[in-house]
Amino acid sequence: MIELKQLKKVFHTAEQEIVALDDINLTIEDGEIFGIIGLSGAGKSTLVRCINLLERPTSGQVLVDGKDLMQLPHKELLQLRRSIGMIFQGFNLLEQRTVLRNVTFPLELAGMNKADAKERAQELLELVGLSDREGSYPSQLSGGQKQRVAIARAMATSPKYLLCDEATSALDPNTTQSILQLLKQINRTMGVTIVVITHEMRVIDQICDRVAVIDNSHIAEVGKVSQVFSSPRSDIAKQLILPQGSPVGKITGSRKLRLVFEGNSSHMPIISDLVLACQAPVSILFADMRDLDGKSYGHMILELPDEARQQEKLLAWLDNNHISYEEA
Amino acid sequence: MFSEMLQKLWDSGLIQLGIWQTTYMTLLSTLISYVLGLPLGVILHITGKDGIHPIRWLNRVLDILVNIFRSIPFIILMVAMLPVARVVVGTTMGNRAMIVMLVIAATPYIARMVESSLKEVSPGVIEAAQAMGTPSFRLITKVMLPEAKPSLIVGAVISTVTILGYSAMAGTIGGTGLGQVAITYGYQRFEDDVIWVCMILIVIIVQIIQEVGMHIAHRTDKRIVK
Repeated sequence: MIELKQLKKVFHTAEQEIVALDDINLTIEDGEIFGIIGLSGAGKSTLVRCINLLERPTSGQVLVDGKDLMQLPHKELLQLRRSIGMIFQGFNLLEQRTVLRNVTFPLELAGMNKADAKERAQELLELVGLSDREGSYPSQLSGGQKQRVAIARAMATSPKYLLCDEATSALDPNTTQSILQLLKQINRTMGVTIVVITHEMRVIDQICDRVAVIDNSHIAEVGKVSQVFSSPRSDIAKQLILPQGSPVGKITGSRKLRLVFEGNSSHMPIISDLVLACQAPVSILFADMRDLDGKSYGHMILELPDEARQQEKLLAWLDNNHISYEEA
Repeated sequence: MFSEMLQKLWDSGLIQLGIWQTTYMTLLSTLISYVLGLPLGVILHITGKDGIHPIRWLNRVLDILVNIFRSIPFIILMVAMLPVARVVVGTTMGNRAMIVMLVIAATPYIARMVESSLKEVSPGVIEAAQAMGTPSFRLITKVMLPEAKPSLIVGAVISTVTILGYSAMAGTIGGTGLGQVAITYGYQRFEDDVIWVCMILIVIIVQIIQEVGMHIAHRTDKRIVK
């Protein structure tokens, strides 16, 4: 378990103090994939670096499995970092080492003998699907392949945690998919707790169990992904989740409703049932639905007919069918 | 076509000896300068503002020292450092004294070369190694220096050529080699062809060092897709 308590990080520049993180309280449970999302400059990269103390917080506590990292002697901290793997947006592979020797690097540090390290590295390269590239140099690989090597390297010392700092942000959509699948596989089969830092909704959407939304150095909202996605409370979460420039508001004079789907209800043909039951036309202005853990979540914006009686009927039907909605 | 002097120098083997002395003084001085300059460059880099171990005062002191030695023209530094040579090798004359001068002049130069090569190593790679729990010394020996290797080799080639130039200057105050041959037998006795021959020989030596060094640097660099 990783616990961050009252974390604060201030950077000092010549002219001013910049508060990068303030009053951060988070608990990341073992075995979950935890997402941290925010716009660039929100402080999320600093936050993830505080977990392994690449950045030393100005105040507060970082507890990993109950150990306060800030109190650990330097040597023990280095030792502990071996149980926290990390991958980066820029992959950060050793350019002058082969793929195999990149993966053996952390093992050499741990003092493993050459033959064992090689065997372990080959195992990991097989896991990430790069067995045939062990003799290649990073410059000969594609972005996705480099990230796979980085994942193999991070997993070499069998860490309990894996920190991913914008790990897919430099990759194209297809490659992003395959890297996310690999992370999910590592989480499910090896039980590794994964912390994902990203500015992309789809990354959170696809692999995370819980998410923290960070804005302006503060945590704006934390919760299960399904919950935060279906009913974002903070402005920043709404801004990140609800699409920009949706046509709502462009059409004036009509009443609009935002229907929220949480779980099973979206498997029912709700809109057709609604229209058939009320004998009133509605028009769908916007819909954004997703499948999470086999259930559907999302929201939809409906424009209602102008006639007041028809509107009442529609609202009554929604109430009776326990579909949550709000005026949009 | 050639002067009698040149003929005599060649027959007595003085020119051949000069080639050997220049080569040997250059390579030996470069080697010793690297033994001192490489650690100095590493310290300059890691104690710097963005280094892995910022120590402001130490960095400042070394930085100023390096700048002072780098800003003195070699010909003046050489004369000024004669007492140092006496302390180190017991004499102010001959090649041993000259090697001391060359090392004094070249070490700060090499330290800067090393520092700038290390600056080229991606901070991300260093961060990744730190995230893996790499202790500082191994960060230097296993990450920074190996990753900077091609650039360090290029730096070594440039340094060697510079030191070769210095070694020729050392001919004016009692050093030996092609520089001394050119000055003593060419310049002072008005035999222009001796000067020209020495110059051409130095150019050839520089070319050989340059070509071989660059070839090695290129072969070593795994960032280049072959």
